[in-house]
Amino acid sequence: MNYKMIRFIIGWILIFEAIFLMFPAITAIIYGEKRPLLAFMLTVLLCATIGLLLVFRKPRNTVLYSREGFVIVSMSWIVLSLFGAIPIWLSGAIPNYIDALFETVSGFTTTGASIVPVVESLPKSVILWRSFTHFVGGMGVLVFIMAFIPLSGGQNMHIMKAESPGPSVSKLVPRVRTTALILYSLYIAITLIQIILLLFGGMTFFDAINTALATAGTGGFGIKNDSFASFSPYIQIVVTVFMLLFSLNFSCYYLAFRGRIKDFFNSETRCFLTVVAVAIALITLNITLSGNYATVDEALRHAAFSVASIISTTGFATEDFNLWPALSKSILVLLMFIGACAGSTGGGIKISRLLIYGKNAKNELGGLIHTGQVKKVSIDGKSVDKEVIKAVNTYMAWYILIFVASLLLISVENHDPITNFTAIAATINNIGPGLELVGPTGNFAFFTVPSKLVLIFDMLAGRLELFPLLLLFTPSTWKK
Amino acid sequence: MNIIIVGCGRVGETLAEQLNGEGNNVTVVDVEPSRVNTISAKYDIMGVTGNGAMLSVLSEAGINNADLMIAVTGSDELNLLSCVVAKKIGNCHTVAQVKNPVYSSEIQYLQSELGISMVINPELAAAREISRVLRFPSALNIETFAKGKVEMLKFRVPEGCALDGMSVKDVIVDLKCDVLICTVERGNEAFIAKGDFVFREKDVVSMIASPKKAHHFFNKIRYSSGAVKTAMILGGGNITHYLCDELSNTGIGIKVIEDDMAMCDALADALPDITVINHDETDRDILLEEGLKTVGAFVALTEIDEENIFLSLFAKGVGCNKIVTKINRVDFDDVTQRLDLDSTIYPKNITADMIVRYVRAMKNAKGSNVETLYNVIKGEVEAAEFIIREGFTALNTPISQLSLKDNVLIASIIRNNKVIIPRGNDVILPGDAVVIVSKTLALHDITDILK
Repeated sequence: MNYKMIRFIIGWILIFEAIFLMFPAITAIIYGEKRPLLAFMLTVLLCATIGLLLVFRKPRNTVLYSREGFVIVSMSWIVLSLFGAIPIWLSGAIPNYIDALFETVSGFTTTGASIVPVVESLPKSVILWRSFTHFVGGMGVLVFIMAFIPLSGGQNMHIMKAESPGPSVSKLVPRVRTTALILYSLYIAITLIQIILLLFGGMTFFDAINTALATAGTGGFGIKNDSFASFSPYIQIVVTVFMLLFSLNFSCYYLAFRGRIKDFFNSETRCFLTVVAVAIALITLNITLSGNYATVDEALRHAAFSVASIISTTGFATEDFNLWPALSKSILVLLMFIGACAGSTGGGIKISRLLIYGKNAKNELGGLIHTGQVKKVSIDGKSVDKEVIKAVNTYMAWYILIFVASLLLISVENHDPITNFTAIAATINNIGPGLELVGPTGNFAFFTVPSKLVLIFDMLAGRLELFPLLLLFTPSTWKK
Repeated sequence: MNIIIVGCGRVGETLAEQLNGEGNNVTVVDVEPSRVNTISAKYDIMGVTGNGAMLSVLSEAGINNADLMIAVTGSDELNLLSCVVAKKIGNCHTVAQVKNPVYSSEIQYLQSELGISMVINPELAAAREISRVLRFPSALNIETFAKGKVEMLKFRVPEGCALDGMSVKDVIVDLKCDVLICTVERGNEAFIAKGDFVFREKDVVSMIASPKKAHHFFNKIRYSSGAVKTAMILGGGNITHYLCDELSNTGIGIKVIEDDMAMCDALADALPDITVINHDETDRDILLEEGLKTVGAFVALTEIDEENIFLSLFAKGVGCNKIVTKINRVDFDDVTQRLDLDSTIYPKNITADMIVRYVRAMKNAKGSNVETLYNVIKGEVEAAEFIIREGFTALNTPISQLSLKDNVLIASIIRNNKVIIPRGNDVILPGDAVVIVSKTLALHDITDILK
């Protein structure tokens, strides 16, 4: 285990966090918020000092193997959250550190589950920081930082593999640095387009930036307590479209730019769009027939928004879907598990993983009938590597184990089963709101500290796709 | 530069590592996903799984933006086919590794017809390297240009040498030696050697000549190049074939010991002048009986690395003082280095080195009409390769009648893949590749050499 490299990279993480924290600090200056400004500036100083001390000596041996990649990624995210929570706590916005940590983890992991009862009461700078953590966490921060750290390169692939969502990671161009540059440019460009479109809809500049940042990371922290219910249909539609755009694989955009439209509509994109269309149709039908809405287009708008919000794992809401009929609620809960596409900013199990899982399950069933049958899982005409299938199966096994264990742990608190189940589903899939007590109008404040820690773990595990966090807590990872 | 490497074997990996380290964008292609995954995780490069001769695979690897495609798979045919496809769709430079001696004899035809920039035969390259070690042990350096076709030999004029006080013209007229003196380094200065340049002791002379002519030249000036008189070669594989071919007419007596009768037959057929002994090459007694103690050089070229190393150590023990050991596996070169072997030859490293040199030369030449550009003497003398097109003003004019700039020398003309060492009567024709050695001149076009 290359401890010196871990120290070095953690140092850089803190330096970058100091830079990120400048943005809310500037916001605090603009809005004249004295205590938050002090809190942010103190944290900037703290992060920068510790960071500079850690990177002071560059390690001679810069070789990283896959276990270092996993450890660095999970530790970085934890460090990022621990320090990111400090200003929220110091500013007095959330007086309890564990609550502040919950909020920050929820931000970086793009979950959007909040413990704040009234969002409007928060200082503007804290609101911006919450949205900004979504933006940073959405695309993944380590690959971004690795692109800037003065290292010869070659070490980054293990880190990129550990941090990027999806069953298998491939680069767009030979260099990680250039790949990261392309992905972040796309990310920022699409976000800017959304800001402009929101401004057209009459949103204030501050609201538009926050909304776009939270949508880009498929996070879900709102700027209002009722999320998007009080915004105009135009803004709701813009947000719906961008939530879906951010849940597609970013590589596809690059390929589409290069004129490979066929690669844009690969089987994952097609499957994703089909699921979205079917879910919207069913829910629209269901809520119209049950009489929740007077007109079909109003039902359609809310159904589309909710479906996009849940499947992209954003967690915005225009309506309290807690009040919808059972079929609609069940569909939404199922969408929570499906999640977005690999290589997007969304969470969940991911479409491509489910595709591989399902096809493999089908093949294995066929193998029971025709003993010795050899059949490959193929996606887009390419057979999937055995290692990838193995990793997907292992992922699913751990996913279920963690889910069940977390469910048991928080059930100690004696809330109703639906609340518990959807609370875990909403955190491990990085969505935000669940049903009942944790529904769109509720929040996570009522959980006790141990349960909050369980949920914090679930959010991180979900965002980092289980393995990095699991390996961090496996003793043999640390053995020499 | 954007470079695609087809084949992730040892050569491919060495190339990927070096070329990536030198700031190129490298994409590797291999049919074996595990190889691709390992290598693309190890270095900052992209990996594509698939057959490198397929249009779809090469497109995915970005052939449209590639400057160079290098095919180094184990299969000659696949390498050649990959190059043809890459050339057709990407119009990039291509390098192919071709091992089979059957193709080697016709490689020039294949190369020019298929439009491949450079063809490398690792075994031939290794044989050439060994022959250099045996022929010119005292040479300071041997550099290759123009994709490995032109060889430049560097040596120091010893005290009391016949060359002292001679002019370049004398070498050609009086000694009747067909060598081309390119540059002379005297102290900290470098000169382009024109006809009336006079040599002095301790000059470092760089010259271009075929091995045979160089040998002749050294004999004439009574310069002891330290060449061995006899050599014992173990193993009769391809490298041995090439090596014996390279060494023929150099006066080195060759004895080959090979276990396999059929291989002995083939050797004896192809090279009637050498002594071929059919015997187990690991037999201690036969080695001593054939004069291991008195032989000038001992060359271990069997297929098994361990055997080569072991036998070389044995030869060293009995007092042989020039030993060449061929080692195929490069992974443990740090271990073999500690063994105190004399000269070790790694065919795979030689191949990779040659390609890296070519890539550097290509990179140097980017943005001008120069094909490749090599540094002969760092910061002072360059060797630039130009392809001559129709419309060049000095076509069909004997070189002696061209008014060349000072400090410029036409070092060689490559026509139909044959190297011509130019003399006054030679002319430049369209389609030729010309190597120009020049001092402190940034040549951008072939016309720059004319006054």
